[in-house]
Formats: sequence, structure tokens, C-alpha cells
Amino acid sequence: MNSNNIVLRVEDIHKSFGDKEVLRGISFDVVKGETKVFIGPSGTGKSTLLRCINQLTIPDRGRVWLDDEEITNSGTRINYFRQKIGMVFQNYYLFDHLTALKNVELALLKVRGMNKEEAREKALTELRQVGLEDWADHYPAELSGGQAQRVSIARALAMDPEVILFDEPTSALDPELTREVLEVMKRLAQQGMTMLVVTHEMGFACSVATEILFMENGVVAERGTPDLLTHDPQFTRMKNFIGQFNSYRGG
Amino acid sequence: MDALSILIDWSSYIATGIATTLGLVLIALGLGVLLGLPMALGQVYSSRPVRWAIGIYVWFFRGLPILVLLFLFWFGIFPGIGLGNVPAFVVGAIVLGLRGAAYQSQIFRGAIQSISEGQMIAARSLGMSRFTAIKSVILPQAVRIALPGWSNEYPNMLTDSAVCYAIGITELLTVTSRIVTQTYLTMPIFLAAAGIFILLNYGGLKILHALERKIEIPGFGSGAV
Repeated sequence: MNSNNIVLRVEDIHKSFGDKEVLRGISFDVVKGETKVFIGPSGTGKSTLLRCINQLTIPDRGRVWLDDEEITNSGTRINYFRQKIGMVFQNYYLFDHLTALKNVELALLKVRGMNKEEAREKALTELRQVGLEDWADHYPAELSGGQAQRVSIARALAMDPEVILFDEPTSALDPELTREVLEVMKRLAQQGMTMLVVTHEMGFACSVATEILFMENGVVAERGTPDLLTHDPQFTRMKNFIGQFNSYRGG
Repeated sequence: MDALSILIDWSSYIATGIATTLGLVLIALGLGVLLGLPMALGQVYSSRPVRWAIGIYVWFFRGLPILVLLFLFWFGIFPGIGLGNVPAFVVGAIVLGLRGAAYQSQIFRGAIQSISEGQMIAARSLGMSRFTAIKSVILPQAVRIALPGWSNEYPNMLTDSAVCYAIGITELLTVTSRIVTQTYLTMPIFLAAAGIFILLNYGGLKILHALERKIEIPGFGSGAV
């Protein structure tokens, strides 16, 4: 697998909640440095899919590998794999009782066992990376949504992950704050970070994605490069979906 | 012979009473936290049998009058397990503490459950074990949320501790009534005791409020708006 530079392999993921089958067999490979963007109507399992990857939700069926090691059914070793798979959430989920700096530091201290100086240095570096060095001593309640989301990106980056999962990172933000977060993400993509992104931001998807996967009813209905998906006439479903966005925007 | 000079004559005895009362309260509150917090965590995070056992405990200690509990332990349980010569003070502090733990566990449980699920999810997504997440993320927040409600436990415990009079612990009420039987100055002495209780109450709550302010965090709890 490594010869092809595949970082993450997802194979035949199924997940149901009660009688509702949310994921009905999802498979894909993620190559090092690529940005895969997942789009599609709400309730088609995009967020569930991301959570099934780092086992925050345990899939009913299917397997996930990081490099050559299987994550699914890995017992407590999952805590090791999760360090390698960063995650950024729609509602940031910053630790409310800690400053921006301490939010980034915490897992460095408690999980990676760094000493205080190392952790502080690393955390400051990551905050600088997202442009928030000056906000290090502010609490989450004192940050704008965009700042909070950038702190949460710094927090994920601090673990030196091999891949970062973004679960609708800008859905709680207004257009201006959305832009500042997307710019950070775009820069990460350019620096070669491997990313899986669930988003409704089509502009971002088209400009940054190596591949767009259009999900509907728990399966990947259509997939391809942004160019292919927007110009090739055979990708009708996704085009309809994107068309809804554009008609809202009067475009 | 006026009441004031009598109080002065008895002052060292009264001081013993105050010290004993405060000792009971502090030990019982401490025991309450030590047991109540893990019980709350158990009720939120453990398996069904553990939750069930904790439920029984809480039900038992909240279900009986303090005096009944006190007699049960003093006359029944302690002698029954061969600890009949444990001092009354120790039995009193333990009973108040065990009972306090039942109440405190529910204060802490409410606080833990009020923390958004996202806090745990974020912690786990960074590779923290459940234990680390609880220790470093959930508990520091839960304690802050719980403190205003928990502050009730101090005046409750202080006033409840007077029940230890019934097993002969020389706490404030015992001291008061003994002075009354010696001097026959019923009202002045009881008023003096009431004044002492109120002062102890006031002082303790002041300290707790100061603590609340000290651990306060922007966006968290009282005074944040």
C-alpha cells in the first residue's frame, strides 16, 4: 500500500442507527497530500463517515487502515491512531475552561507526554501557523467563531497528524469568518497536509479538492476531480445539487 | 452576674465546641467530595450494575432522617462490626460525610451532565483515553459548574452537625445546653450559640464565594455576563 503513498484506506463502511441505514458501503483510498472533499445533501452520512474513520462512531461493518495498520478493532491502540488523525468539528469543541494556548497544549502534555516548555513552544508555533499567536491567552468565550475554529485547527495540527478530518468546519460561521478559516485550510492543503473535508463550500471544493465525492443516501453517488464533475455532462446528480446552491446565490 | 461574663467564663469550653463543630463539618464535607465525586462519575460513565449500586446508596442515605442514620451507625453498625469503641466524633463525622456524599453526588452529576458531549468527543479525537479526558477536560469544568450549588452544602452541613448532640459529641449545641444546665440562662446562652452559628455560616460562605471568583473563567458560571 505504501508504495502507492496511500495514507488512509476506507473499505466498505456500513453504519445504521436504529432502522436507519446511514452508510451503505463506502470505500476509498486517500493518497498522501491529497484533499478529498465530501459534499451532498444533509443526512447522507458525511459526518458519520468521518467519525467512523477515527472510530468515534464504531462502524457496523467495514475496515479502515492508517498506513498499513488496521484501525478498526484496534482496541485501546485507537488512542494512538487518533493522534495521527486530527479532527476539526463544526462547533469547534474547544475546551471551554482553557485558553487558546492551553487548548493546543493539553494533548501534547497529556497524550504525547511533552514537558511544559516543549508543549508551550509547539503550541505557540501552531497558533502562529493559524495567525492567532496574539490570542494565546484568551478563553474560547472571548474568541470569534472564526478564531475558535482556527484554534481548533491548531489543536489538531499540534499532534502532527498524518491526515485531518474536517467536519463542516465553516457551517457555523458567517461568510467573512468562513473565508478566514478556508484560507487556513487552503494553505494547509498547499503545504501538503492530507485532508478529508465535509463541506457545503463549493468554491473551496472546486479550488482545493483533488477529488470530490458526492454522497447521497449513504453511498458515494458520483466522484471525480472538480474539473470533471463540473464539466462532464454525465455527473447529473451532483450538478443538480450544486445548481441549488447557485440559484440561491442568483448565479 | 450577667450573661456576658458567664460567656467569658465558659469561653474555652465554647471554643472547644466551635472547634469540634468545624472539625465535623470539614471532615464530613471532605468525605462527601471524596465519595460524592467518584459516585457522580460512576453514575454518568459506568456500567449499569455500578450505576444501580450507586443509586441504592443515594436512595438509602437521602431516604433516612439524619438522627436515624446517626443512631443506626452509633448503636448498630459500628458496634456490630467490632468498632464499638470508635469515638463518637469519628462516627458523627463519618455519618455526616456518607450522607453528604449522597447529596453531593447528585450536585456533581448534574454538573457533569451539563457539559456538552463535544468536550469528550474533542478530547478523544486527540487520542486521550477516557480517563485522561475525564480528569483533564470534564472534571475541571464540572467542578466550576458545581461550586455555586455545592456551596449550599456548607450551611447544610453546619446546621446538620448539631444533630451530633444526640450521641454526646461536644460540638456547639452540646456545649450550649451544658452551659444552660449549669447557669439556667436559657435564652441568652442559646442566642449566643445562634450568633456563633450564623457567624460561622457567614465566614464559610464568604470563603466559598471567594473561591468561586478565583476559579472563574470567562464564559463560565456566575458573574461572567
